[in-house]
Amino acid sequence: MGAEFVQFSLTPILIGVFAAIACALPGNFLILRRQALIGDAISHVVLPGIVVAFLLTGMVAAIPMMIGAAGAAILAVILIEAVKRLGQIEPGAAMGVVFTTMFAAGVLILEQSDTSQVHLDVEHALMGNLESLIWFRADGWGSLLDPAALASLPDELPRIALVCALVVVLTLVFWRWLKIATFDEGFAQALGIPAAAVGFGLMVTAAVAAVAAFDAVGSIIVIAMFICPPAAARLMTNRLAHQVWWSVAFATMSAILGYVFAGYGPLWFGAQNAVSAAGMIATVSGVILGLACLFGPHRSRVGAGRDEAA
Amino acid sequence: MASPMSPGQQPTIATENGRAARPVAVPSGAPLAVRGLTVSYGEKPAVFSVDATFPAESMSAIIGPNGAGKSTLLKASLGVIPRLSGDVYVFGQAIEKARERIAYVPQRASVDWDFPTTVMDVVQMGLYRRVGLLGRLSGRMAARARDCLDRVGMADFAHRQIGQLSGGQQQRVFLARALAQDADLYLLDEPFAGVDAATERAIIDVLKTLKAEGKAVVAVHHDLSTVRDYFDHVFLINVRRIAEGPVATAFTTGNLQATYGGRLAATHLDELSPTGGA
Ligand SMILES: Nc1ncnc2c1ncn2[C@@H]1O[C@H](COP(=O)(O)OP(=O)(O)OP(=O)(O)O)[C@@H](O)[C@H]1O
Ligand SMILES: [Mg+2]
Repeated sequence: MGAEFVQFSLTPILIGVFAAIACALPGNFLILRRQALIGDAISHVVLPGIVVAFLLTGMVAAIPMMIGAAGAAILAVILIEAVKRLGQIEPGAAMGVVFTTMFAAGVLILEQSDTSQVHLDVEHALMGNLESLIWFRADGWGSLLDPAALASLPDELPRIALVCALVVVLTLVFWRWLKIATFDEGFAQALGIPAAAVGFGLMVTAAVAAVAAFDAVGSIIVIAMFICPPAAARLMTNRLAHQVWWSVAFATMSAILGYVFAGYGPLWFGAQNAVSAAGMIATVSGVILGLACLFGPHRSRVGAGRDEAA
Repeated sequence: MASPMSPGQQPTIATENGRAARPVAVPSGAPLAVRGLTVSYGEKPAVFSVDATFPAESMSAIIGPNGAGKSTLLKASLGVIPRLSGDVYVFGQAIEKARERIAYVPQRASVDWDFPTTVMDVVQMGLYRRVGLLGRLSGRMAARARDCLDRVGMADFAHRQIGQLSGGQQQRVFLARALAQDADLYLLDEPFAGVDAATERAIIDVLKTLKAEGKAVVAVHHDLSTVRDYFDHVFLINVRRIAEGPVATAFTTGNLQATYGGRLAATHLDELSPTGGA
């Protein structure tokens, strides 16, 4: 593998891997808290954020749109908490109320405002455009040491790498808080752990990861990566630390295999065109989850061995 | 629902204005003292204007019907749920300053049994106050966790996922986690719920050892027939405080009637409470 790989495949694969890991890490705690749908909620809520950011700045540029999206996602997290507390309803319902309302608001604003000439591409939002994030100036592995070539890396790469690093650091630093507060909230609070703040921080982190990944790879991967790698990992082990490692491995595998299959798979089967990398990455993560359901060593969990006589 | 004030009740200053008026008679040494505690989840208070003092070096039972506010009393004492008014003193201090001195075993239902964690992991959570957010678990502390597991007879199960234990085994693991906290005050919410006689024996032995070591144990307890055998002190609650004191004087038929509101048959009570006939 040489120049062509570095130019056309290296950056999309790295972006896919960083996005997958950034989503899978908080996903582990979200599925354990039965809040996995937050990824779905956030990707709906991103629309009004992007529209409002466009109306305010008049630009179709990545930075203001990401700020708008992140703002909308964080607002959604706050609203979900507020609805949950004030309405005393369960988290799933609170999420449903907030994200459908905000999504609908986004559609209304989009219709009412003078944005019709702007091309907000639905397919792009859904699938991203991973294949286009190539490294034009690269001409081989040597480019990794060439400052001029490095300067032409697609902007998405450093952005998602930074967010991924941030998520990794937060997960490591707050590991004990996340673990104890997710497992036994009352006990965590009795220990003096700010459990409510931990839960809120987790949602905000997930929102930031989702928006960064959404910008790079589209919402399908975001939703898939929040749920599939952690859920598959849960079936592989009964220890949280191992689960998180498995989820990172599955996320990485999905990103790499998905990209390769999308690019070359159809050719192997004699078809002409490559298929969407984002769609294929999400599909691979789903297949991994399916395999884990069939063959994972810790599939039968609830109530297993509960019987004293067993 | 309003129960008559028990005759021996000590005077307390009204706590409507929260902290403005210092309540009288806060026993500085008491492991746990609550003054004018009111907690509410919605409109109706779950715990109303409760005073309670749990003595040192003894085992106290919190007794009352389902929904009486027993768990709420414990959680509010720990600062797990906010209180509407009232004060809590742990060894004479505010709860925030005394956290390392309290160990807590929540009611079983509050835990996610499907969580990917082993028995040993759970016990090590009890070491959190010593290890901190980022500290390393030293070999000595790991040995301590193993020792606590051994004390409840669960050493052989160290690597089981916690959902794969029987109810009684789970309860023992949570007791081991409390032991790992190495506290001076142990608050247990229904430690005997759903356990067999042998496990109940094992748990009570551990608790009695704690008492012998000079610790205070406060447990929510449902089985009225064992109160006399296990406990020194009782606190009867049904939203309000009904009575409190040494088992011999406070665990009476009259007080139980007031607590359970006639839901217990009188004959049943007489059996339980020989001192109550008077
Ligand atoms: N999270 C909550 N939200 C709303 N109401 C609650 C909540 N927890 C408890 N309550 C209500 O507060 C009252 C006291 O509940 P609590 O759990 O303290 O009772 P308890 O004495 O521990 O009962 P049990 O013996 O069944 O454990 C009950 O009426 C209960 O319905
Ligand atoms: Mg209770």
